[in-house]
Amino acid sequence: MANTADQLVDQVRESRIWRSIFRSGKGDSNLHKSLFVQQNVFLHLFSIKARKRTVEFSATWYLGAMTLGTFMILVITGVLLMLYYHPSAPQAYADMKDLQYVVSSGVFLRNLHRWSAHAMVFLVFAHMFKVFYRGAYRAPREFNWVIGVVLLLVTLLLSYTGYLLPWDQLAYWAVTVGSNIASAVPLMGAKIRFLMLGGTAVNANALLRFYVLHCVILPLTALLFITVHFWRVRKDGGIYAGDHSSERSER
Amino acid sequence: MSTPKDFTVVLDSDARKTPRRIAFITKRTSPQVRVKDEERVMTYPEVFFRAVVAVEALAIALVVTALLWDAPLEGLADPMHTPNPAKAPWYFLGLQEMLHYFPPVVAGVLVPGLVVMALIVIPYFNINIEAEGMWTKNKSRRLRIFGIVVVLFCIFLAVFHVWVALVPTLIIAALMYVASQADPQSATGFRRSLVRKPLSYWIMTWFLFELVVLTVIGTFFRGPGWSWVLPWKGAL
Repeated sequence: MANTADQLVDQVRESRIWRSIFRSGKGDSNLHKSLFVQQNVFLHLFSIKARKRTVEFSATWYLGAMTLGTFMILVITGVLLMLYYHPSAPQAYADMKDLQYVVSSGVFLRNLHRWSAHAMVFLVFAHMFKVFYRGAYRAPREFNWVIGVVLLLVTLLLSYTGYLLPWDQLAYWAVTVGSNIASAVPLMGAKIRFLMLGGTAVNANALLRFYVLHCVILPLTALLFITVHFWRVRKDGGIYAGDHSSERSER
Repeated sequence: MSTPKDFTVVLDSDARKTPRRIAFITKRTSPQVRVKDEERVMTYPEVFFRAVVAVEALAIALVVTALLWDAPLEGLADPMHTPNPAKAPWYFLGLQEMLHYFPPVVAGVLVPGLVVMALIVIPYFNINIEAEGMWTKNKSRRLRIFGIVVVLFCIFLAVFHVWVALVPTLIIAALMYVASQADPQSATGFRRSLVRKPLSYWIMTWFLFELVVLTVIGTFFRGPGWSWVLPWKGAL
């Protein structure tokens, strides 16, 4: 039975339609395994081979992979939440109540989005400290560290802008506290705050601005930098293996 | 820049396993340098498999969390009614705790700005590429500078009554002092590991320590009017 199932899979992978979509054919050779990565627009960001030591749990604790995992969960749950959400006050809060009492699995959807967001912020910090303590930020990976710092800031902004969207007391006053800090910037503090909120206080304009930032601008920015971040891992010689002597062969 | 170098230097710094070797390789002769072969795995399927397992484990943990605990939702936003305390999201509570001590331009603009700047320049300022222990060279001079910096910083914190940031600073400073007094040759275990730490390690560890302490205090131990509370009891 298993044999016939395997044959069926092979038949599909050899078929004209399958081959027209996926450039690597069937087969288990290292060449096929290489092509699987190299001939795919998304996977070709990664190297074809990796040093075994860098794949072990102890090397990375898979914190970067898990951060990407939370980002994907957040995109999926976020898009679903957008279907039930109006970025206007006070309708936004009514939508929260609808998620709670009307929408099937609405509470679960919001819970998953919220806890994943917290997890992402935590994982980004954990990833940063892990990279630091391994010394993986040093040359030739300096610039990828800088991209990582940018991604940390984008993550914090994503989380912060999302915090306002439920339009409840918690959201409103947390963002008020945050935006008051912006007004402490010398000379142009008040202007920055006005630009951020679209007014002199957190109001319906601020909600709309935060919504656009949270759902369009910041996710696209994150995606852009995540792409470069992964690509640079490959270009800078793969994940840091833990000593500089093995680095020479990688460049 | 400077005059072009005539040779490259290859350092093997894995000193615990192998003796330290320094090879001078002149550019003109450019000999083949044999590097030990490392075991490699194919990205597909081995690496992807591990990544997918890690992400799925995380996804299961998050789904279980989402099933068991509901995200908070309070009453409709009301600009007329300020909750006490009004708290930022947890990852900003370290900053909010500092706002309690310092003027907003310091705690809200200067400090986070400097932290971001410091994080960005870390890899460019790390000239100590071999991660040499902080106390292995110029010990007495470095100890003097270290002492002055720590005392000045502690006075600064004390002037602003920032006792919560003073405690982690003193603990890290004490550990650094222990490291300076340990003999790298004869010290064992914990002290030996401390001796080998470079300055960048100490600064980052201090930053991490402060970040955790301030965030935990801001999240769990601050109540109305930013007064001390116990998370299990309410106001002190």
